[in-house]
Amino acid sequence: MTLDTAQPELIQLLTPEGERIDRPDYPLDLTPDEIRDLYRDLVNVRRIDLEAVALTRQGELGIWASLLGQEAAQIGSGRALRPSDMVFPTYREHGVAWCRQVEPIKLLGLFRGVNHSGWDPAEHGFHLYTIVIGSQTLHATGYAMGIQRDGSDDATIAYFGDGATSQGDVNEAFVWASVFNTPIVFFCQNNQWAISEPLEKQSRIPLYKRAQGFGFPGLRVDGNDVFACLAVTRKALADARSGQGPTLIEAFTYRMGAHTTTDDPTRYRLDGELEAWKLKDPIERVKAYLVKNQLAGADFFADVEAQAKQIGSDLRKACLELPDPPPQAMFEHVYATEHSLITAEQSAFADYLSSFADEGVS
Amino acid sequence: MSELKQFKLPDVGEGLTEADIVRWLVKVGDPVEVNQIIVEIETAKAIVELPCPYEGVVARLHAAEGETVDVGLPIITIDTDPTTPTPPSAGPDTGSASGTGSAVAAELHPSPVADPGTHIGPTVGPTPGPAGSSAPDEPDSGEPKRTPVLVGYGVKPGATHRRPRKPAHPQPVDNPPAARPILESVQPARPQPAELAPALAKPPVRKLAKDLGVDLTMIAGTGPQGSITRADLQASAPLTRGVSRTESADSAGNAGLYWTTQREERVAVKGVRKATAAAMVRSAFSAPHVTEFLQVDVTESMAAVRRLRELPEFEGVKVSPLLLVAKALLTAVARHPMINSSWDEETIVVKHYVNLGIAAATERGLIVPNIKDAGTLTLPGLARELTTLAETARAGRTSLEALTGGTITITNVGVFGIDAGTPILTPGESAILAFGQIRDLPWVHEGEIAVRKVTTLSLSFDHRIVDGDLGSAVLRDVGAMLQDPLRVLAWT
Repeated sequence: MTLDTAQPELIQLLTPEGERIDRPDYPLDLTPDEIRDLYRDLVNVRRIDLEAVALTRQGELGIWASLLGQEAAQIGSGRALRPSDMVFPTYREHGVAWCRQVEPIKLLGLFRGVNHSGWDPAEHGFHLYTIVIGSQTLHATGYAMGIQRDGSDDATIAYFGDGATSQGDVNEAFVWASVFNTPIVFFCQNNQWAISEPLEKQSRIPLYKRAQGFGFPGLRVDGNDVFACLAVTRKALADARSGQGPTLIEAFTYRMGAHTTTDDPTRYRLDGELEAWKLKDPIERVKAYLVKNQLAGADFFADVEAQAKQIGSDLRKACLELPDPPPQAMFEHVYATEHSLITAEQSAFADYLSSFADEGVS
Repeated sequence: MSELKQFKLPDVGEGLTEADIVRWLVKVGDPVEVNQIIVEIETAKAIVELPCPYEGVVARLHAAEGETVDVGLPIITIDTDPTTPTPPSAGPDTGSASGTGSAVAAELHPSPVADPGTHIGPTVGPTPGPAGSSAPDEPDSGEPKRTPVLVGYGVKPGATHRRPRKPAHPQPVDNPPAARPILESVQPARPQPAELAPALAKPPVRKLAKDLGVDLTMIAGTGPQGSITRADLQASAPLTRGVSRTESADSAGNAGLYWTTQREERVAVKGVRKATAAAMVRSAFSAPHVTEFLQVDVTESMAAVRRLRELPEFEGVKVSPLLLVAKALLTAVARHPMINSSWDEETIVVKHYVNLGIAAATERGLIVPNIKDAGTLTLPGLARELTTLAETARAGRTSLEALTGGTITITNVGVFGIDAGTPILTPGESAILAFGQIRDLPWVHEGEIAVRKVTTLSLSFDHRIVDGDLGSAVLRDVGAMLQDPLRVLAWT
């Protein structure tokens, strides 16, 4: 047996130059308004990300995982979902959170350390950020098995990165999802770097080809092409809803920033690589498409910029005004019901705090 | 009204306690916007650009480039309402610690606030003695003392103590009285062995002492209960942290320090030193080296350098003898391509391009950045690239890109006042040329003894690839071109 080393097929509907490619197997018919909305989404989440990075550098957030460069993969897949679907994100899915109507300030609260994620996963169909690499794929698979047994036609989508594919959790999730034919889409954003570890140290074959070994289809999509990500995810979700089982989507993209704000990518990767990927920018190609097809003019772009700027400064203001939680809040959600140890600790802590009462410190 | 806002150095990397100021991108009087990049800092983890949190005009820079600043101390003051004149302020403030005491102490601990008690930070590391208690004579750092609570253990019921009240007005950070002890500890009284007790020091200080190879029992502590602070340690170990041996031995008032400190010291092997060591071992024990030498009369080349400097094409760029050596080597490579190759076990990779490495001694150690496709550059272009490469290396800003992919190297040992050497190949390359100092020597010139400019060239090559005849031909060609620069014209 020989290894299949053929050049991987990359599903692309919009070239980096803004040329539309038609693919009968992935039909996509968007109105001009819908395209303009996608553009707006892309610009807004990039701006939110930029503001969060700056706030981290100014000591207002503890850490931030930038999505710079991955906007199209997140907006494309996020906009393919319907409200009742369930998303299991990593800690970098700020663009998907945006699509699920999670207010950006709630993401910042988590990274500022004033809440343990401030949104209701059930309300938004968007699970809590998972910091442990890959473990959410198992949660997602279990959830998908659940809704399958409920007889629902909803679907589940699990996000993870290229590095997570080396984790046992992800491979176990693949096994379960495959064998039980669960309604799930595995959406892998291959941003080429698992912190400082390049893809070639993660896999000898293209990641999407791994799905075949588990017994479900896998495909590679241009992760910087918002049209292709949208069309491909729609198709995978439709398959999941109609009982066709899981799909692995490898969104081939690039992490243009650092892994997190505590990382320095210049220590392990070359400038030239980043420069090459800048030419494939996910936002520029939509802009080029809009301009070429006369779907948007200078006014539109100025308006989008202004809106994004406003979102950025509103976010900054809201972040600085985030209240510190009362110290007692840390005991509130440890257990769903009362627990004797927690009650004792809570009471001792209250005594401790009251010892400052006369000084007005607490 | 002016409204001054301070930007305090944030912890940009999950638990970092300090950072070095690498480069200021603004100066006093500059207007700044929110999120404008104002400074580059280097932490233990990364070089990071900091965006400004305020809009306004820079009123003051609190730390100079190269200084180490503790997290939480102000680094810049912005006047957010500069419609009225800002209060009088000096330029970059290098910290009040340099006002008295020796230069070494100031250099070792240049931070504007040098209170040893606050150096570790109030929440890190247990304080000596019972929790919450503080000796009455302990210098008040202005920081609230906190009861250390181990993560996961919670607060013990009944064991809580009230913390001292926060002062209504925090002490100004710019000129704290607490800066004194460090300067006074430069020449500490050495304890007699008889009175040696176990030395008191916090764990991070013990770790540092171990790293520096310093015996804590030989240091007088100035901290609480006579404990040894980081500053005490640094004052007694002047051979570390960017101060070279010669500098510390020469510094006024400290000439004796070299002999009086511990008999041996251990310097942690890390960073560039570690990388250099690995590269040298890899190269020296994988590629069999041969070195050949050639003395050359470079009087004509020196004249050529002078003439080139006067040409308009070279205006604003540095023309040095190294430029001609580089040009000669590039020309020799074109005549003997095999010298510019690498050994790849089954095959020899002969490169049809030259990424010309230039060994550079920097503060951080030896690095060999290279000039990409140097063979395609014009002479003024090559001169410019050499200048840029040297400046970038000196500034410590050489990119990873410039440090990889070299194909052949020149090392200019002449700048150290040395004639020749047996340089070790840069790993993956097959030749390295050492360029010695240029000296006036008696030399037989046109049949008579004359005073000529003479240098020595040393060429090391990988004998797996390069035989003696090829290595000699390359060295002979380079020498011939430096003896008579017109040969470059003939051979290109």
